[in-house]
Amino acid sequence: MNAGGFWHLLPNASTNAKPLDELWWAMVGLCALVAIGVFVVMFVFCIRYRKGRPADRHLAKDTLPVELTWTAVPFLIFMGVFVWSLTLYARSRTPPANAETIYVVAKQWMWKIQHPGGQREINTLHVPTGVPIRLMMTSQDVIHSFFVPAFRVKQDVLPGRYTQLWFTAIEPGDYPLYCTQYCGLDHSKMGGQVIVMRPRAYARWLDENNTGTSLAAQGAALFRAKGCSGCHGANASVHAPDLDGIYGRIVHLSDGSTVAADDRYIHDSIMLPDKQIVAGYAPIMPSFSGELTESQVLAIIAYLKSTKPGAQPAHEGTKQ
Amino acid sequence: MNATVITPDLPELEPPRSFYTYKSGLGSWLLTTDHKRIAILYAVTITLFFIMGGVAAAMMRINLVEPQGALLSAETYNKTFTFHGVVMVWFFLIPSIPATLGNFLLPIMIGARDLAFPRLNLMSWYLFVIGGCFTIACLLLGGVDTGWTFYTPFSTMFSNTNVILVAVGVFVTGFSTILTGLNFIVTTHKLRMPGMTWFKLPLFVWGMYAVSLVMVLATPVLAMTLSLIGLERIAQVGIFDPALGGDPLLFQHMFWFYSHPAVYIMILPAMGVASEIIPCFARRKIFGYEFMVYALVGISVIGFLVWGHHMFVAGMSPTATLVFSILSFAIAVPSAIKVFNWTATLRRGRITFEAPMLYALGFVGLFMIGGMSGLMLAAPALDIPLHATYFVIAHFHYVMVGGTVMAYLGGIHYWWPKITGRLYSEAWARFAAILMFFGFNFTFFPQYVLGYLGMPRRYHAYPPQFQTLNILSSAGASILALAYLIPVVYLGWSLFRGARAGNNPWGARGLEWQTTSPPPKQNFLERPVVQKAYAYDEPSPDGQPASGATA
Repeated sequence: MNAGGFWHLLPNASTNAKPLDELWWAMVGLCALVAIGVFVVMFVFCIRYRKGRPADRHLAKDTLPVELTWTAVPFLIFMGVFVWSLTLYARSRTPPANAETIYVVAKQWMWKIQHPGGQREINTLHVPTGVPIRLMMTSQDVIHSFFVPAFRVKQDVLPGRYTQLWFTAIEPGDYPLYCTQYCGLDHSKMGGQVIVMRPRAYARWLDENNTGTSLAAQGAALFRAKGCSGCHGANASVHAPDLDGIYGRIVHLSDGSTVAADDRYIHDSIMLPDKQIVAGYAPIMPSFSGELTESQVLAIIAYLKSTKPGAQPAHEGTKQ
Repeated sequence: MNATVITPDLPELEPPRSFYTYKSGLGSWLLTTDHKRIAILYAVTITLFFIMGGVAAAMMRINLVEPQGALLSAETYNKTFTFHGVVMVWFFLIPSIPATLGNFLLPIMIGARDLAFPRLNLMSWYLFVIGGCFTIACLLLGGVDTGWTFYTPFSTMFSNTNVILVAVGVFVTGFSTILTGLNFIVTTHKLRMPGMTWFKLPLFVWGMYAVSLVMVLATPVLAMTLSLIGLERIAQVGIFDPALGGDPLLFQHMFWFYSHPAVYIMILPAMGVASEIIPCFARRKIFGYEFMVYALVGISVIGFLVWGHHMFVAGMSPTATLVFSILSFAIAVPSAIKVFNWTATLRRGRITFEAPMLYALGFVGLFMIGGMSGLMLAAPALDIPLHATYFVIAHFHYVMVGGTVMAYLGGIHYWWPKITGRLYSEAWARFAAILMFFGFNFTFFPQYVLGYLGMPRRYHAYPPQFQTLNILSSAGASILALAYLIPVVYLGWSLFRGARAGNNPWGARGLEWQTTSPPPKQNFLERPVVQKAYAYDEPSPDGQPASGATA
């Protein structure tokens, strides 16, 4: 169905959409059934027992069984729907292991997209069909929300945090993208489109827009240009933690606790270095808040992800 | 209608000195401690706020006729919906039934002469007016564009509008709410007349009592939240701003910890009103009185535990999502019980369809549609696509406007003869009630569809495929606006020209019908007779015919 007109229907453009629509229509049906049922009963009572019409008006004494029934039955139905909903919800929260990560930075009032190959786009997201896509998102100012109705996905995008959502597109086409968290003056214009392409066309698009430097390579350049390598590099004279292969490792903190070095941890270590101090190191690192944009932090994370423990990564620009 | 004649030895045009006439002059109103006069002060003030909020709504609906925005700039539109939300929530919906009908009726219904703290009651009204003045001042100084929810860090770090001014306004008004709640709780505990036991209380009083508990416990959290916004804006302390190590989600938790219970502040009194009107016009005691009480109390308790369902896509943990979801489903059970009980009350009754009854039946219908759509939002999987779209707008307008406003107007019509001593035009009132139900559905039902199709809320301009449904909604809104204007006319007319009402025009039970209309300053000239609530199957103490169980 195409956009336009009253009978415009929502396309099912991701693997997520169909099971969600089944739950949606089941609940619409359930609600309509109950609502119409109650309306009909009310209407019948209103006609049958209106004043002046002869009717049996003796009242039953014991109403407890009736009341217990209409308490228990809705409760059981609600719990059934809850369980159904929860299984779908759990699925929507767990991206498959083979998901491709694309980075999204929201700002008033645009969506900035970074592909791992270094391709960048604004307010448009190109994705292939059949491949699970995981969006790793953050905001550089206020809270935004990434919403693609045709995929039935939505997730708020917060400053200072990474949130993610995933989907597998199934139908090539252009689908509207909206911001659904009120974010100021041009909130209603902060939209765009998701362009779903067949894998071959997508690969061609990636090639055509290839900048020659992958996101990790951009991160590596930044790592050097911003002086990170001066302390964290292999030949550094300053006593700073070695970051090769840091991503996903367990880090011991000076307060005795441990934390997994995920995107959020690395982000916070750069922007708010005093928040979690690594055990055995003095808290001397300056904050890069204001120094680096959220997009640059994402590139550095991509670079750190690409490094292997103890080995120099194979990217140009990291040779010391 | 069985209008009773006023005591025969009094001349027709001189009823016993009512609370209106015992003293006159503006000063006697502005310094009154009579709960009935304060109720009138509230009624006048909140009507003004309703008109302001309504004008803002009309401007928005006109703007949304065209996809690119027909009337307002993006900036003005953002300020308009913020003003609409702030005014309607804090200055109309929350005070509506408790501050007007509750203030007027609670003491009379339990046989008291006034509230427990009459001067505190007057102070509550002044706080309310002062808070309102701040909000209107903010509008005159250029408005505020954060939305009524003030989400951070937009409100604390990015909005350069009068956030602090409007926050102060809401903060001050919150104290009015807290004091009113406190007053109602103490009154219900201490001032019930002898024989008025807890399980003889009308459900309206139970509704007022339950809502007062919520007001007293939830509103302080709002005060704290708003203070923190002020602190963050002025001193950048880093509570909500992530750049300073703060947490933007913390604000949402604190805000909804107040604002979800606030929905029950709006709906519990509405349930109380419906529970008075339906038995009266069905001439039948309410079905399952005890269950109705437990449901009211249950809703007010669980109402504190469901705030997280506003945050399913906000970045909250899956465990929290699960817990808030199951509790949100749980709260639907007592709500369903109430709908079933109102319906069952009609069974084997002797039903008439005066205007208050039409409003009450309309309330049940709209509340049910709103509540059912709430179930969909309580299911996290469905909430993901529906969240922050027009589906949510439709849902909460069905509950808060369809529910609360219909019940408020039903209550105004039901107790109008008691409050003013006059009758209004029954034909016009019935017409307005039916038109309102129709106009309301016409306005908000298309918004459910818009939401499912993905139209986000708070959009000044929108993609053209949503236009047809927006035009339908705006057309419905003009019908709704007309339906709200008609009562202003016939109720205004009734004040001066309406027929004398008599003490108990509906043949209703409850202590308020045993005194004169309007009541004297001390509420009762003779000691009223306490009966069980809704004793429609027993003879009335004022000689109204019993409507017993036989045909």
